[in-house]
Amino acid sequence: MIELSKITKIYRMGEMDITVLSGIFLKVQSGELIAIMGPSGSGKSTLMNIIGCLDRPTSGAYHFEDREISTLSDDELAAVRNGKIGFVFQTFNLLPRFSALKNVEVPLIYGGMPARLRSERAIPLLQKVGLADRMTHKPTELSGGQQQRVAIARALVNNPPLLLADEPTGNLDSRSGSEILDILTGLNRQGVTIIIVTHDKDVAARCKRVINLKDGQIINDQVMA
Amino acid sequence: MNFIETFKVSIEAILSNKVRSGLTMLGVIIGVMAVILLVSIGEGARVYITKELMGLGTNLLIITPGKTTTRGGFHPPSAGTVRKLSYDDSLALRRRAWLLTDAVPIVFGTGKIKYQNLGRDTIVIGTTPEFQRVRNLFVDIGSFVSQGDVDSKSKIVVLGTTVKEELFGDQSSLGKVVMVSDARYRVVGVMQKKGMSLGWDIDDVVFIPVTSGQELFDTDGLFEILASTPRAEDVNPAIAQIKDILIKRHAHKEDFTIQTQGAMLSTMSTILNVLTAVLGGIAGISLLVGGIGIMNIMLVSVRERTREIGIRKALGARNRDIMAQFMIEATTLSGAGGIIGIITGVGLALIIPVFVDVLPTSVSLWSILMAFSFSAAVGVFFGVYPARKAAHQDPIQALRYE
Repeated sequence: MIELSKITKIYRMGEMDITVLSGIFLKVQSGELIAIMGPSGSGKSTLMNIIGCLDRPTSGAYHFEDREISTLSDDELAAVRNGKIGFVFQTFNLLPRFSALKNVEVPLIYGGMPARLRSERAIPLLQKVGLADRMTHKPTELSGGQQQRVAIARALVNNPPLLLADEPTGNLDSRSGSEILDILTGLNRQGVTIIIVTHDKDVAARCKRVINLKDGQIINDQVMA
Repeated sequence: MNFIETFKVSIEAILSNKVRSGLTMLGVIIGVMAVILLVSIGEGARVYITKELMGLGTNLLIITPGKTTTRGGFHPPSAGTVRKLSYDDSLALRRRAWLLTDAVPIVFGTGKIKYQNLGRDTIVIGTTPEFQRVRNLFVDIGSFVSQGDVDSKSKIVVLGTTVKEELFGDQSSLGKVVMVSDARYRVVGVMQKKGMSLGWDIDDVVFIPVTSGQELFDTDGLFEILASTPRAEDVNPAIAQIKDILIKRHAHKEDFTIQTQGAMLSTMSTILNVLTAVLGGIAGISLLVGGIGIMNIMLVSVRERTREIGIRKALGARNRDIMAQFMIEATTLSGAGGIIGIITGVGLALIIPVFVDVLPTSVSLWSILMAFSFSAAVGVFFGVYPARKAAHQDPIQALRYE
């Protein structure tokens, strides 16, 4: 479903060019559960942003479901992010003024779904992540683990084929972190392709495939037994 | 994302910081209020003065002795003798200027009116019966100055209601003898009550025959001749006719000036329109300052919500969705401020004349529409820059913003 070929990303800092990704080739099949690991500055977040259509590569080709992404306009990229990709962030990134339910509905709003249909879609997802009794709470009234579950429900609300998680357990205690991982692996079993960026070897250990990145290049790509 | 959703999000953002939104709106409220209030004061003055001038009688011509140019300038005091306007001039106009309905001679001065031990300094006008028609001032009780009184220089007087009340109170004044500047005059009539006009009490006046007036003020000239035409279109031909007749009578010199009510009206109107525009302009500046306040707050708001913008973009918001969100927020602030400003401005404009009777106001629809559309435009204009700034945030930078 994803094919990156010779992706490079170069940031220009004043007179200096900083190469963050240099010639990444990567294929992801539908239904995979992948961990991307690597030290800080290895380019894993940038790779994640490019896969997530939040950023464009400096050169190279990116095919997502047989579409060439680098030629799309900003608005078309927004539509891909809205319908095809769900994001889960380390810092949850919920909208602080909205209730959990309203937060889950936001991608539906940008997708143009009428108001009366939105809650029908959002409520079962919140129930699925175990927050049936917290739907009207605002993010500040929820624990970290609960906030991340809201974020997962939000990421899933448009039924995207791909879920990207950037250090999803990084801000959580180990028990909440493992619950979040349970949810993610459960989703993968139901067919959602998931890519997790992480430092955490325990997280990587639960993935089917681990990719190691260093200095903007893939140094190791192995399928776990 | 449709308009209603965006609107809800914007309203929500405005309500989430009520004090700040209120203060931002206050700038626009004061601006719109000031525009409406000051324009209605200017308009009020114009309406008031126009009405008062119209009340003096339409199609009115005023002939005064001496030539003055409308350009003003320097007139040497020894520029030859000025022939006065005479009673005979007015008779000649009445006889020969067939375009005029009336030509009324006026002498004018102040005098002391006494009755028994009461006295009052007032304006004494010497005139003829046609004065009533030309100036729209009519006698109420008794009779006005008659042509016979003029011909025979009768010592009769018609009192304005203020003078009558001061000297006689509730008693009848008809037939009583009063002293007008030490001459005995018999009261033959009392005028209708007219009230104030342009700050002058029209009722604080007495009328005597023009011939008696000339004697009283010891002059053989006239203060002015009031003339009127049946229709407004006749004013200009009538001026030509008056000039023709009077120049012949005045040794072929145009030593008099003809003013028209219409000319006075349009001069006044021009002055007051400029005044209104200046007032509105000054108020407009405060509205502009209010707009800058909106821009300032919107910029702060965009910065504060950088992360929110990043999240929304990651979830599929297009640039124009973000742009719309902040534009609606800015225009809602300025629009709501505009509406509140209109309500307070119109309210004040209606209340002020009740308490301050020298400040007539007239709320005009155009000033309301102008103030509101200007305030909305201010919202759009000062909202565009912050909204563009928000819309063009890089999603990754925005997401990382702390």
